[in-house]
Amino acid sequence: MSGLLINDISMRFDLPNGGHVQALKNVSLDIKSGELMSVLGPSGCGKTTLLNIVAGFLAPTEGEITLNGDRVVGPSPERGMVFQQGALFEWMSVRDNVSFGPDMKGMSRKESAANVDHLLEVVGLQDFKEKAVYELSGGMQQRVALARCLANEPDVILMDEPLGALDALTREKMQSLVLDLWKETGKTIILITHSVEEALLLGERLLVMAPRPGRVHKEYRLPFADLGVGNDLREVKKHPEYNSTREEILEMIWNMEEEIMGRAEENA
Amino acid sequence: MSGFMILVLYLVAFFGSYLIASNLLRGLFESKGFNKLKTVTFGDESAVVANRLASVISVVTVFWLWVAFTNSTIPLPKMPGPYQGDVEFTYTLTLPDGTTDDATVAVRVYREDIQQTRDADGNPGRIPEAPEIDEGDGAALNDSLTVARYGFKVINVWQNDAVAKRDGSVVTHLNGRPVEPGDKITIPEGEIGLTDKGTPTFEPKTGFRMARLYLPAPEVVLERFFRLNEEGYQNFTLWEHTWISLQRVLLGFFFGALLGIPIGYAMGLTNWSRGWFDPIVEFMRPVPPLALIPLMIIWFGIGELSKVILLFLAALWIMIIAARAGVSGVAITKVHAAYSLGASKMQILWKVIIPNSLPEIFTGARVAMGVCWGTVVAAELVAAERGIGMMIMVASKFQLTDIIIVGIIVIGIIGFLIDMGIRRLEGWLVPWKGKV
Repeated sequence: MSGLLINDISMRFDLPNGGHVQALKNVSLDIKSGELMSVLGPSGCGKTTLLNIVAGFLAPTEGEITLNGDRVVGPSPERGMVFQQGALFEWMSVRDNVSFGPDMKGMSRKESAANVDHLLEVVGLQDFKEKAVYELSGGMQQRVALARCLANEPDVILMDEPLGALDALTREKMQSLVLDLWKETGKTIILITHSVEEALLLGERLLVMAPRPGRVHKEYRLPFADLGVGNDLREVKKHPEYNSTREEILEMIWNMEEEIMGRAEENA
Repeated sequence: MSGFMILVLYLVAFFGSYLIASNLLRGLFESKGFNKLKTVTFGDESAVVANRLASVISVVTVFWLWVAFTNSTIPLPKMPGPYQGDVEFTYTLTLPDGTTDDATVAVRVYREDIQQTRDADGNPGRIPEAPEIDEGDGAALNDSLTVARYGFKVINVWQNDAVAKRDGSVVTHLNGRPVEPGDKITIPEGEIGLTDKGTPTFEPKTGFRMARLYLPAPEVVLERFFRLNEEGYQNFTLWEHTWISLQRVLLGFFFGALLGIPIGYAMGLTNWSRGWFDPIVEFMRPVPPLALIPLMIIWFGIGELSKVILLFLAALWIMIIAARAGVSGVAITKVHAAYSLGASKMQILWKVIIPNSLPEIFTGARVAMGVCWGTVVAAELVAAERGIGMMIMVASKFQLTDIIIVGIIVIGIIGFLIDMGIRRLEGWLVPWKGKV
């Protein structure tokens, strides 16, 4: 039983006024070890809820999740998280942030030093080891977050819009970095994003979710992530299938949002 | 009247010094650095930089007003002062038989604070003798007396005269001018007149300067400052009074923080603690510490214990609320990230929550120290054996205004230094504040 198994997950939030929100309904996924899956969907489709359940921050109302056969009951270093921003520890240097996981395990600095130095080099921050994280730019901070997550050697990396707060150019560079890290480390990655392009470029598997109730709408298997490894992502974007898939997904999400609006108008 | 003049002069100084300085010292009025390139500065708060020249002139103005409205010896332009020296006026007595006789009243006006001054040997000044005069002859005899500056004297001129007032002798003229009871005549040295019952009065001119009782001159306060350090007041030197007050504040604050911060963390971390402490904190928070002083005195007396407990209570609620706010201010993503990295609850507390709450703790500490410093002075004003507030309170009972002013200045400086110290400490311990 290798890989991440999401088995018929439902999530219902009760509201104080007696009503409830069905954030997820009967979501099942089988994510193989080493897969890179991007998750796309309009706001309110439950993609962040799904990620929080996989991370173990929320317990689903129905269903269960297993990682390599073990049931997920809470957060664990097996499932590393990379957040959009603001999750770094400002009171620590770059190096201390990256070695946080090993430190928590009780590993001595000597033992972890080589790995930490290596990861900082991988993300291109070897010269910023002693800097305070608040002195770094947004892109550099996300590099630290990636390195911090990798330092713990998780089986699965969960990314909640990790590049959402970055400017377009930095974002492109970081997309390449994520692909390179994926190929180099062979980790399973689930990446949530708002950007269709990012989902296409980074998703070996691409999951489009639909809202109310949150569910899997459509799944794609795409070649672009493999093409993108070590290549210029702008070249990948010229691929004919890239553009056709992009149009298809945009149309799909557009229709979903129209439907939500329509329903809201009916209710009003 | 003096108050109104101070206000007017202060406004004149504000606008006048701006007009003069901005024309003469243009260099100091130009924006520097990037602000120089901004065309919009009015409304852009970031472009407003304190003009240090204005700060200097402001302080100088306050000092000068202080000098100008007191009997200071500092050679700066001053307001017209009170009259001091000898003055003579005549009165005319009309007897029941219609005959009249003139006599002179010699008055010596002396410094109202003569007894608080000291000569070179350190002896206090004495009230001078009345001027020596020849009583003369006739129905009315010359009189001689003393009056303090800012004083007022009802002069019983009949005490040495041949015919007493009750026998019908009446003062009908002052300085040769006919007067009725209740009239007043202004002379260069002040005002002479008759009371409603017809007795002559003399009130030396006061000018616009304030008497030492109301506002002592700067040099008097400075001299008092040194004397307080050497001789002390109420058995303790100024430094000892200040240090005991400071010690109470530091002890009270220390224990308040020692207990308040963990309680605040507990309230931010567990339901039971929040439920348990919430009613107490919400009830005690709005109670001003000053309202607790009487109870503290009844329970713990007027000694150290009651002061420290009062200040402990003053700091406690503030530090609880600060620590609780510190916990609630921790971004949930940081906590999630730490758990995902394998941190235990204790590690979350020590490595994430405590460092992340430091900015709020420091804000709370600044507020708590300010409140404690204010409370200790008030508590000492009510009852204490020593302390800077007690020094002020006792001095006020003896009308030693200079001690009160020394005390106020010291309180202000210490309060400022405390705040500066905490801010420095914060900048050192929480360098990321405001940068995230």
